[in-house]
Amino acid sequence: MVAAGLEPFLKGDSGRNTRGLLRIIILCTIAAAAIASRLFSVIRFESIIHEFDPWFNFRATKYLVQNGFYSFWDWFDDRTWHPLGRVTGGTLYPGLMVTSGIIYHVLRLLSMPVDIRNICVLLAPGFSGLTAVASYLITSEMSTSPSAGLLAAAFMGITPGYISRSVAGSYDNEAIAIFLLVFTFFLWIKAVKNGSAMWGALTALFYGYMVSAWGGYVFITNLLPLHTFVLICMGRYSPRLYVSYSTWFALGTLASMQIPFVGFLPIRSSEHMSALGVFGLIQLVAFVEFIRQQVPNKQFQTLLRSLILVIFAVSMGFLVLLTVSGVIAPWSGRFYSLWDTGYAKIHIPIIASVSEHQPTAWPAFFFDLNLMIWLFPAGIYMCFQKLKDEHVFVVIYAVLASYFAGVMVRLMLTLTPVVCIAAALALSNILDTYLVADNPTPKEPQQNGQASSDGVKNAADFIKDSLRSTRTPVIGIYSYISKASVVGILTVYLLLFVMHCTWVTSNAYSSPSVVLASKLPDGSQHIIDDYREAYYWLRQNTPDRAKIMSWWDYGYQIGGMADRPTLVDNNTWNNTHIATVGKAMSSREEVSYPILRQHDVDYVLVVFGGLLGYSGDDINKFLWMVRISEGIWPEEINERNYFTARGEYRVDDEATPTMRNSLMYKMSYYNYNALFPAGQAQDRVRGSKLPAEGPQLSTLEEAFTSENWIIRIYKVKDLDNVGRDHASAVAFDKGNKKKKTTKRRGARVLRVE
Amino acid sequence: MPAKQRNQIPPQTATGVPPIPKTPSTATSNTSSPPSSKSSTSSSSNQSAQDILLSSWKNYNDKTPQRVKLIDAFMAFLVVVGGLQFVYCVLVGNYPFNAFLAGFSATVGQFVLTASLRIQTNPENKKEFESVSHERAFADFVLGSLILHFFCVNFIN
Repeated sequence: MVAAGLEPFLKGDSGRNTRGLLRIIILCTIAAAAIASRLFSVIRFESIIHEFDPWFNFRATKYLVQNGFYSFWDWFDDRTWHPLGRVTGGTLYPGLMVTSGIIYHVLRLLSMPVDIRNICVLLAPGFSGLTAVASYLITSEMSTSPSAGLLAAAFMGITPGYISRSVAGSYDNEAIAIFLLVFTFFLWIKAVKNGSAMWGALTALFYGYMVSAWGGYVFITNLLPLHTFVLICMGRYSPRLYVSYSTWFALGTLASMQIPFVGFLPIRSSEHMSALGVFGLIQLVAFVEFIRQQVPNKQFQTLLRSLILVIFAVSMGFLVLLTVSGVIAPWSGRFYSLWDTGYAKIHIPIIASVSEHQPTAWPAFFFDLNLMIWLFPAGIYMCFQKLKDEHVFVVIYAVLASYFAGVMVRLMLTLTPVVCIAAALALSNILDTYLVADNPTPKEPQQNGQASSDGVKNAADFIKDSLRSTRTPVIGIYSYISKASVVGILTVYLLLFVMHCTWVTSNAYSSPSVVLASKLPDGSQHIIDDYREAYYWLRQNTPDRAKIMSWWDYGYQIGGMADRPTLVDNNTWNNTHIATVGKAMSSREEVSYPILRQHDVDYVLVVFGGLLGYSGDDINKFLWMVRISEGIWPEEINERNYFTARGEYRVDDEATPTMRNSLMYKMSYYNYNALFPAGQAQDRVRGSKLPAEGPQLSTLEEAFTSENWIIRIYKVKDLDNVGRDHASAVAFDKGNKKKKTTKRRGARVLRVE
Repeated sequence: MPAKQRNQIPPQTATGVPPIPKTPSTATSNTSSPPSSKSSTSSSSNQSAQDILLSSWKNYNDKTPQRVKLIDAFMAFLVVVGGLQFVYCVLVGNYPFNAFLAGFSATVGQFVLTASLRIQTNPENKKEFESVSHERAFADFVLGSLILHFFCVNFIN
């Protein structure tokens, strides 16, 4: 309708040029808006790397920039996972670091020396601008209406579902991976449409880039074969499909194997087998097509088709056999947890303990996608209406991504692009219908109905009574009131959407979580900077090789900010090592001390939020430590012992002895009573009053406590000079006579017997 | 396709094997049900299979342009090389696994790219590939091969 209405204006050459220019300007504005809305965190706080994983990426990038690519590739890091070390060069996805390294060197070449930290901080917003452009491109392939692409770009630019992982400073793999994901899909659609080997090869190249950047590349590895497979099953095999899929697979698999971390996985693990299988299948289909051209005969075709099915079934059986016999690695734990959401909780507590691996709560969909979540089904319906090859792709993508987003919070990220595309398709369709200023003339429907569209009419005749919409073909909207009201309502919705996105971005997703913010009673902002305070204390006051033990969440931050060796970090490759730390934290001092000594631990770091009411502290994570170490030492650690008889998790007077004797409890509440009047000590996170007498520590001594007590650092005592055990040494220092203690003990023993 | 060429051989050499008349259809009606050139299980009659093979071979020889025959020969060569590598891997062992993978996937990838070139330049597929001219197809082929061999050389260690 738009085309019909604006024909005289748009047909002209100048009109087209103007529109093209306008489109470019709009796209640039969208990209600028996408970048700008991600800068809240820099403005509110400062240019700082956020959260946990980005600190490792930042540290690796610094290493890359300082030492060059080859030593980065061969990097063995002896400052993590003490005493094991980590083959960092072979166990990371280097795409992110290499990207920012290249940007750094290019800028230097242009004599613009920019600090590598600023590049890392601003990389994610920069790439989000590119993502917006990529989603414009992919949506333009779906729809003839130019507004769809622009809407998709705008949605992609500001939707909170994507902003959540790409604000300035969130220097994580997802920062570039989502752009690569969308752009790879665009190239794939392009390849399928044109049947050009060049687009296929480009798809493979960007797929390789994606593999180097994020573990989520497996999504592409399975989605493209699935698309191909569905097309073949729908009887839509075409030589174009053969060209694009074969080119992509042959080049893409090789490209993915170049990354040391991926290595031989593409031919060894089950996650990649579907791509291989479909590759074989499409070769067969192409061969059959070839034969068919040579020997055209119906019966022969059916024969061959059944032959294909047999071969396919046999090879599938062979695959299963190989998997069972162990030649091909079975599905990894993370993938099992995608099918069976309870799996991780039972078998792999370390995966279940990560909050972003939890199943999504339903309000999160509305929170992250807002109005798009109800436009999404409409867009999918429109894809079904047209159902060309590319629409099939969107439908499959939507189904898969919806499922995965429901299973894992962080996979919301893969759902977001398809929701943007579908919502843009739906919305642009509405707008195109309602935004035409001039009325469709009464003649037009008759023309349409009678003369001009015979094909349509035949089709309409054919199913005349079955569908109401086919009896009278849709022509257009006549009344101005309906036009104005619909467009007005949509505009209001869109404005609300923008407001929602801005609000969510500024309030929910822009906190660096390294620096915390709170509001003072007068409304001004108060910055709580305990993390950095403590990490810099470590950096300044401890020897360079001092080993710091903490729960694994803080490993990357200690490595990045304090630059000290750690025992465990967020690269959770060794479950046993983490369980060891968990055991040391959750056992009595007498058990923990030998563990600490064996691992050369100099300092122990705990996070404690009781004073401030900071809920993400170690006492709240404590049960995961218990669970993980119980997985390795079930006879020594028992989760039940940490709960009261009524099954409550308490820290006050009623806490179980196991809980109160655990190292973590002692370190958290050591000396905490001193802050309060006697008997008034209170934990603001758990909202409970603490026992009147605080815990005693004998094997550790307090080394540092930050301003708001969020971080507490303890030094591990050396062995006693005189050879006493630490408990008695402490007792001696306090002035208790040895005689007295033995007497007391003796009496107690007597009473028990 | 080279597979086609290779497939000429087994049925011809298998002429000595007495055919198994599986289907009840008589030999006289074989014009309506010509068996496959591929598998001997489907051949209803030796005579007809041979006929069809011969005729299609003749058909192929006559109708296929010289260039396409060149492509086919190249593809057949790739299949032979790939098969040899695979046999070597099975018999001798896959010790430098990188090298085997690189070599094998080089042949597979090149085969696929060549097949794509052949499909794209096939006049019968003209309407499928409106945007791809013959020169463009060849340029794509060269680009794909360059990328492929870059990766292979990088991977071979």
